[in-house]
Amino acid sequence: MKRVTLALTLALAAGLSAQAADAQTLKTVKDRGMLSCGVSQGLPGFSSPDDKGNWTGLDVDVCRAIAGAIFNDATKVKFVPLSAKDRFTALQSGEIDVLSRNTTWTISRDTSLGANFTGVTYYDGQGFMVKKSLKVNSALELNSASVCVQTGTTTEQNLADYFKANNMKYEVIAFGTNDETVKAYEAGRCDVFTTDQSGLYANRLKIANPNDHMVLPEIISKEPLGPMVRHGDDQWFDIVKWTLFAMITAEELGVTSKNVDEKAKLENPELKRVLGADGNFGEQLGLTKDWVVRIVKTVGNYGEVFDRNVGAGSPLAINRGLNNLWNKGGLQYAPPIR
Amino acid sequence: MSTEARKPPPQIALKIRRILGGKAGWNGVAVQFAFAAILGWISYEIVSNARANLENQHIAAGFGFLRNNAGFDVNQTLISYTGSDTFLRVFVVGLLNTLVVSVVGIVFATLIGFIVALCRLSPNWLLSRVGEIYVELIRNLPLLFQILFWYLAVLAALPNPRQSISLFGIAFISNRGLVVPSPIGERGLEPFLAMLALGIVAALVLRFYARRALFQEGRMIRIWPYVLGLLFGLPLAAMLVFGLPFTFELPQLKGFNFAGGARIIPEFVALTLALSTYTAAFIAEIVRAGILSVHSGQMEAGASLGLSRGATLRLIVVPQAMRVIVPPLTNQYLNLTKNSSLAVAIGYPDLVSVFAGTSLSQTGQAIEIIAMTMGIYLLISLLTSAVMSVYGWRVSRSLGA
Repeated sequence: MKRVTLALTLALAAGLSAQAADAQTLKTVKDRGMLSCGVSQGLPGFSSPDDKGNWTGLDVDVCRAIAGAIFNDATKVKFVPLSAKDRFTALQSGEIDVLSRNTTWTISRDTSLGANFTGVTYYDGQGFMVKKSLKVNSALELNSASVCVQTGTTTEQNLADYFKANNMKYEVIAFGTNDETVKAYEAGRCDVFTTDQSGLYANRLKIANPNDHMVLPEIISKEPLGPMVRHGDDQWFDIVKWTLFAMITAEELGVTSKNVDEKAKLENPELKRVLGADGNFGEQLGLTKDWVVRIVKTVGNYGEVFDRNVGAGSPLAINRGLNNLWNKGGLQYAPPIR
Repeated sequence: MSTEARKPPPQIALKIRRILGGKAGWNGVAVQFAFAAILGWISYEIVSNARANLENQHIAAGFGFLRNNAGFDVNQTLISYTGSDTFLRVFVVGLLNTLVVSVVGIVFATLIGFIVALCRLSPNWLLSRVGEIYVELIRNLPLLFQILFWYLAVLAALPNPRQSISLFGIAFISNRGLVVPSPIGERGLEPFLAMLALGIVAALVLRFYARRALFQEGRMIRIWPYVLGLLFGLPLAAMLVFGLPFTFELPQLKGFNFAGGARIIPEFVALTLALSTYTAAFIAEIVRAGILSVHSGQMEAGASLGLSRGATLRLIVVPQAMRVIVPPLTNQYLNLTKNSSLAVAIGYPDLVSVFAGTSLSQTGQAIEIIAMTMGIYLLISLLTSAVMSVYGWRVSRSLGA
C-alpha cells in the first residue's frame, strides 16, 4: 500500500509541480527545523530503533552528523523506516532529504534514479549464512540449496550471477522485508540466508541460537554502501558528501568527541583549518565555520561511530578491514579540507 | 407517378442529443464536449509535465526497460523463465502466478463457503454452531495475520527435506513443499488427448440431447453410463492402440533438495489456504442470506412434492437464491484476487512481489510499473465481473425473471 501511495505522490509531484527540481534542500530542512532521513526497518548496527524508539546505528549516525552540522542538535532528525523497495521512490518524491539505508552504490542506481551517491560509509560484500548442522564449509557446496533473500536488493542479482557462473542450481524465495526473510530462514524454509556480510552478522543476533549458524567465507560481490541525495541540488550534495569526509578526516587527525575542544585550541595549521579557526570552508558549504566541531561533538569521528555501532564496541564486533583508514590498510580516504 | 414511403428522420442525431444533452438539448451536448476537452487537456498536461520533469531530474522514463534483462530468479514459474529473460517476461510470470492463486482460491472459497452456509442453515444444532463459529472467527481476524499464521504453521509442521514424509515412495512432503512425480509426454500422448477431447464433446452433446428430451417431451433419459464409457473408454482404447501417453519422472533427494518431479511450494499452499478460508467466511454469509431470501413456502412446496431436503435445496431454492447471491459473490471474487497481492509477505512470487517489487527497485521506474500493475488488476477485475454478470443474467433469464 505504501508503495502505491509513494508512486502516486511521485506521479503527482512530477506531474503537477512546474519546477520539480528543488534546489533548496538546505533551506527546506532549516525551515522545517528537522532533517528527514530514510533508514532501514531495523538492521542492528546500521539503523534500528531500541526499546524506547531511539534510532541507533552507523547509517543513523550519518544523518545525526548532518543534523549536527546544520542545527548543532543530534535530535533534529526524523527517521523514516523504508523497505528496500520503497527507498528510492521516497527519495525521488521528496519525502526524505537523504537516504542513509545500507544502499549499494551501482552505476544503474547512480544514473537512472535521479539521485546521487555521496560517498561510501561502509565497504561491504555479499555473503552466505547457513546452519552449522548442514556441515557446509564453502559457498561452492551449495548446489540445489534453497536461498532466502530480501526482494529489491542487489543481492538477488548477485545471487543469480554467482550460481549461474558456478553452474549450480538453486531455489530463491524472496521476501518483502528483512525480518520476514530472517524468520523464514529460521523456520527452515531455506538452507541459506544471503545478504551483505555485515547484515549477516547483524541478523545472526536476531536468531534464537546465533551459535548454531555460521557465515561462509566467500564474499561474492562488491557492496559499497553509502548515502544518496536527489539530483539537482549541488549544495545539498556537497553537505552530505563532506559530512562523511569530515568524520573521516577527524579520525585521521585524532580528533574525537572527547578531545575536540582541546584540539581546537592547538596551534596546528591543519587542525585550525579543519576545526574552523582558519578559513571559511563551512560557510562555503552553507553551514557554519565550526561545522566539523559540531559533527564530531554530535556523533564522534568515523572510527568512534564504527566502533560504537558495528565494531569492537558493539555486539556485532566486525573488524575494521576494508573500512579502516587508507593509512592503516583500509579504503576510507577523504579528500583534504583546504 | 409512384409514391415512395417517407423516410423516418435520422435517428442518430436525435439519440446523441438525448443521451449527451438531456433536457438541455444541443447546448447540453456542447457543454459535454467542452468538459471532455478540458479533461483531455488536463491529462495531457499531467503526462507531458511528468515526462519533462522526470527528464530534468534524470530519472529514467518510458517502457524501454521491459526489454532489458531482469537478472534475478523466481521460484515458481508456469512458463519457462531464467534470470536472463526480460522484465516483460517477469511481468507475465508474476501475472500467471497471481492468476493461478486467484483461480484456485476462488474455487476453494466457493466450495467452503457453500458448505459452511449449509452448515449454518442446518437444523442440526452442532453443525450450525460450528458454521457460526467459523464465520465469526475467520472474518474478524486480519487477513495478513492469517496468511502469516498458515505459512508459519505449515512450515513449522513439516520436516526438512532429508527427513521428508514419504507417500508410498513417489511423493514427498517437506518444508520445501510437496514433490510429486511429473508426467513426461510419450508417443501415445497426442491420440490420448484427442480421444479425451472427443469423449468430453460427445458427453456434452449427450447431455444437451437429454435435457431437451426432458424439458420438451418430459422423457427422462439415463445418460451417465454412456458418459462414463465415453470419458474413460475412448482414452483407454487409445492407450491400448498407441501405447502409454506419458510416464512419470520420480523425484529423488539430491544434496539439499529433491531433483526431478513437480513441486508445489509451501508459499502457494499457505496463500491459497488463507485466501480461500478467509473469503469463504464472507461467501458463507452471502449464500446464507441468498437462501434465506427465498420464501420458506418454496421449501414446503418441495416437501409436499415428495422431494428430499437436499433435492429441494438443489433444484428449487438454490437456483432462486443465486439471483441474490451472484452480485455480492462477484465482490468477494474480486476481493480475493486483490488480496492475493499480500503474497509478498510470505515470499510467494506474485505480480506485486516480482514486478511491482523486485523489478521496480531494480529499474526504479515506479510510475510505469505501478501504472502497469494497477492496469492489469483493473483488467482482471473487470473481466471477472463481466463473466459473473453474464452468469447472473443467465440465472435470472432461466428463472423467467
